[in-house]
Amino acid sequence: MFNSSLKELSAQLADRKISSVELTGEFLGRVGELNPVLNAFITVDPEASLAQARIADAMIASGRAGPLTGIPVAQKDIFCAKDWLTTCGSKMLSNFVSPYDAHVIERFNAAGAVNLGKTNMDEFAMGSSNETSFFGPVKNPWDIKAVPGGSSGGSAAAVAARMAPAATGTDTGGSIRQPAALCGISGIKPTYGLVSRYGMIAFASSLDQGGPMAKSAEDLAILLNAMAGFDGRDSTSLERQPEDYAKDLERPLAGLRIGIPAEYFAEGLSLDVEKAVQAAISEYQKLGATIVEVSLPNTRLSIPVYYVLAPAEASSNLSRYDGVRYGYRSANYKDLAEMYENSRAEGFGAEVKRRIMVGTYVLSHGYYDAYYMQAQKLRRLIAADFSASFEKCDVIMGPTSPSTAFDLGEKGDDPVQMYLSDIYTIAVNLAGLPGMSIPVGFGDNGRPVGLQIIGNYFSEAKMLNVAHQYQKATDWHSRMPNI
Amino acid sequence: MQWEVVIGLEVHAQLSTESKIFSGASTAFGAAPNAQACAVDIALPGVLPVLNRGAVERAIKFGLAVGAKVARRSVFSRKNYFYPDLPKGYQISQFDLPVVLGGEIPILVDGVEKKVRLTRAHLEEDAGKSLHEDFHGMTGIDLNRAGTPLLEIVSEPDMSSPLEAVAYAKELHSLVRYLDICDGNMQEGSFRCDANVSVRRPGGPLGTRREIKNLNSFRFLQQAIEYEIQWQIDTLENGGKIQQATVLFDSDRGETRAMRSKEEAHDYRYFPDPDLLPLEISEAWIAEVEKTLPELPQAKRIRYVSDFGLSAYDAGVLTSSKELAAYFEEVVSIYSDPKVCANWVMGEVNGWLNKAGIEVERCPISSRALAGLLNRIGDGTISGKIAKEVFEAMWNGEGEADAIIEARGLKQISDSGALEKIVDEIISNNPSQVADYRAGRDKLFAFFVGQAMKATKGQANPAQLSEILKQKLAG
Repeated sequence: MFNSSLKELSAQLADRKISSVELTGEFLGRVGELNPVLNAFITVDPEASLAQARIADAMIASGRAGPLTGIPVAQKDIFCAKDWLTTCGSKMLSNFVSPYDAHVIERFNAAGAVNLGKTNMDEFAMGSSNETSFFGPVKNPWDIKAVPGGSSGGSAAAVAARMAPAATGTDTGGSIRQPAALCGISGIKPTYGLVSRYGMIAFASSLDQGGPMAKSAEDLAILLNAMAGFDGRDSTSLERQPEDYAKDLERPLAGLRIGIPAEYFAEGLSLDVEKAVQAAISEYQKLGATIVEVSLPNTRLSIPVYYVLAPAEASSNLSRYDGVRYGYRSANYKDLAEMYENSRAEGFGAEVKRRIMVGTYVLSHGYYDAYYMQAQKLRRLIAADFSASFEKCDVIMGPTSPSTAFDLGEKGDDPVQMYLSDIYTIAVNLAGLPGMSIPVGFGDNGRPVGLQIIGNYFSEAKMLNVAHQYQKATDWHSRMPNI
Repeated sequence: MQWEVVIGLEVHAQLSTESKIFSGASTAFGAAPNAQACAVDIALPGVLPVLNRGAVERAIKFGLAVGAKVARRSVFSRKNYFYPDLPKGYQISQFDLPVVLGGEIPILVDGVEKKVRLTRAHLEEDAGKSLHEDFHGMTGIDLNRAGTPLLEIVSEPDMSSPLEAVAYAKELHSLVRYLDICDGNMQEGSFRCDANVSVRRPGGPLGTRREIKNLNSFRFLQQAIEYEIQWQIDTLENGGKIQQATVLFDSDRGETRAMRSKEEAHDYRYFPDPDLLPLEISEAWIAEVEKTLPELPQAKRIRYVSDFGLSAYDAGVLTSSKELAAYFEEVVSIYSDPKVCANWVMGEVNGWLNKAGIEVERCPISSRALAGLLNRIGDGTISGKIAKEVFEAMWNGEGEADAIIEARGLKQISDSGALEKIVDEIISNNPSQVADYRAGRDKLFAFFVGQAMKATKGQANPAQLSEILKQKLAG
């Protein structure tokens, strides 16, 4: 059951082989068993989950069930959920119980899904290893000495360890794809604007995008159908005809043109990752795809550009956490300035502070043009590289991460080394493109390797088709860690 | 020594939308603290702003009315600073690309018309309020006002006296009310002025300016600028230097004092708000708004002078508010002597309103009732003098003109037979005065008018009486 697909679970619920209350209970039990080791969840609330499961059972009984009705889904703790503690991985919000639902949560509730719990994450989604969480690091189910990746590390570990059938994540610079790769699961970051950001706690507004994380592309399509769609409360939400992301899953891949950027296979890429990725590309050729060389010369600029723009936006987005209206307030202050300083000094962790300081600096008078404006120009060049490439190919493929999961603490003292682990994913956010990661094997240390698939704007259905056909031909996605 | 004064004004006009500029919460004044602050206004984690089109529409209306350029594309930026009543830690405002560029406001001071150029007008959100009283050493925060839409209207430094500054502020105040984009309530803070003031030697380079913040009445605006000018001149003449600063006006003491100097000025770290797309305004939208523009004060003034034959001054007084102009035009529509109407509206009506301290909207004598009174002067039923007595009775709620004239027996005597009889009696009772008058003492004519008025208790038709007197005295 723990390794069943969403379709299989839904069928069992429909056939009354199991109720949602039972199914939810099973997964809650597994969470209870494994969470002390993996620390993938910050909050579980069995009562609230089971109450939703009972509603789902009633929906099923009255014939109003959809494909997600009764299915437990773990929610990244960045999504505000009414009456749930919503911490964003931070001490700053360690006491924040949201009075409202994010758009994504509303969608899952409307679909009859069950909120299984809130998953651990890097503080305010700033990190690539889940080590910046106030609630402690998440362990990689494949090897508990290893990080799960970040920032959606809790969601990735939960799905990988089969503690949840599916989960949500958010991706600002790779935060869905990189942990998916490091934990051996599938995840997709949709085109910017496809999933509403309303109620999704902001890190860098122009880059943040929510998306699903699951065992397979087929499951991702079902989840994305629930998550995507216009929302008038988010001015950057795109008004488009609703689309069935599962509609093209079974389409054969004959004639598919796969763009391979040389820049993604250059210095810095581990040999074992390269080997697994090349093997996956060969598999695609067997499935009828052809390989096209493409070039993304400005990718090398994506890390510096990202580490100007994302901190700039974050420094402003995180100003609201001032201890005045909600969240953490220092017990120790004599006046207003001290209240601000101590609340923020005590409430934020080191990585968040580092990015607030960088962001404040690049927006400062006299530096704005040199950093922020310049970065915006380069951002357009990076996007132009992709546009040129998509003239020649249907999807771009490469590694998701330069290495398999690294050890906990390994990069802790060196932020730049940490930032480099997102070298292949960040450009996609800067361009606003959809990107996904699927498992394609294991590295020398037995830790999973992810293949990144990048599509043109709004080509999610095509990307899921490309991923699904591979998963039909291989079984990497159904491998389970021995935990 | 001579000094030249340079003044520029920044006015924050609260736009009259029902809901806030980036949320659906109500903007109504006077609710219980924080009763009108929704999740977006209190900046909960995860909330996002959505622009209110009504606020944009009002900005377009303003831009069209002042002959400005309405930007087809403008951008909302974040102005970052920490303050307890600023929930997001930044204010959403427009920085380098405002919605309205340029334009001008004509002002009239001492009969001289001058045009004050506008630099720009931009949309932004208001902050909440910090309440320092009644909290025993703590500060209360009321976020009802947070997110209220403002149009910040920035003038060029084109004014050279406190009077010009006040004239400009009044003109702008009148305009936003004409346009129905702002209720203009200065006590409630719907229309607030900041004044940038500097002095210089004639022809010399511009002096350093100080900005007086948050002036919420025309009187304070004038007092504050007058004080500030004198303070700057005194400082310079005593060999001091002006430091750029933001100052507050203490209306109790009638003086300005520095709030923060330039050194303490914030670095607001403006950057485009990534939560909001650039504001695109189509030609079609502008054309649609243009159709809703009312006749503006300047056009009205020109029409009053050319069509009604009024003086520029009178036209200015009558158009000073939309409501007064409407009142006047209703009177004229019934009683078609615009000059008489203007004299009555500006004289009696305005005088009594001022005395009572009320606005024309609450005038106890309706425009129709006033026209009814003027009709009775016009048809000779009463004299202008008696009419003032009737007006007072009408003000005090004794009824319409006709009823009062009837009840008090104020109809003037226009029967020439009766008047001739009275004049004959006066001539026969005052032979020596008649002789003197006929000998050339013309001034005695007033004596006979007075006698006749006394005899008729003021009810003689003055024109008719004068005619009869002249005829009979001529012998």
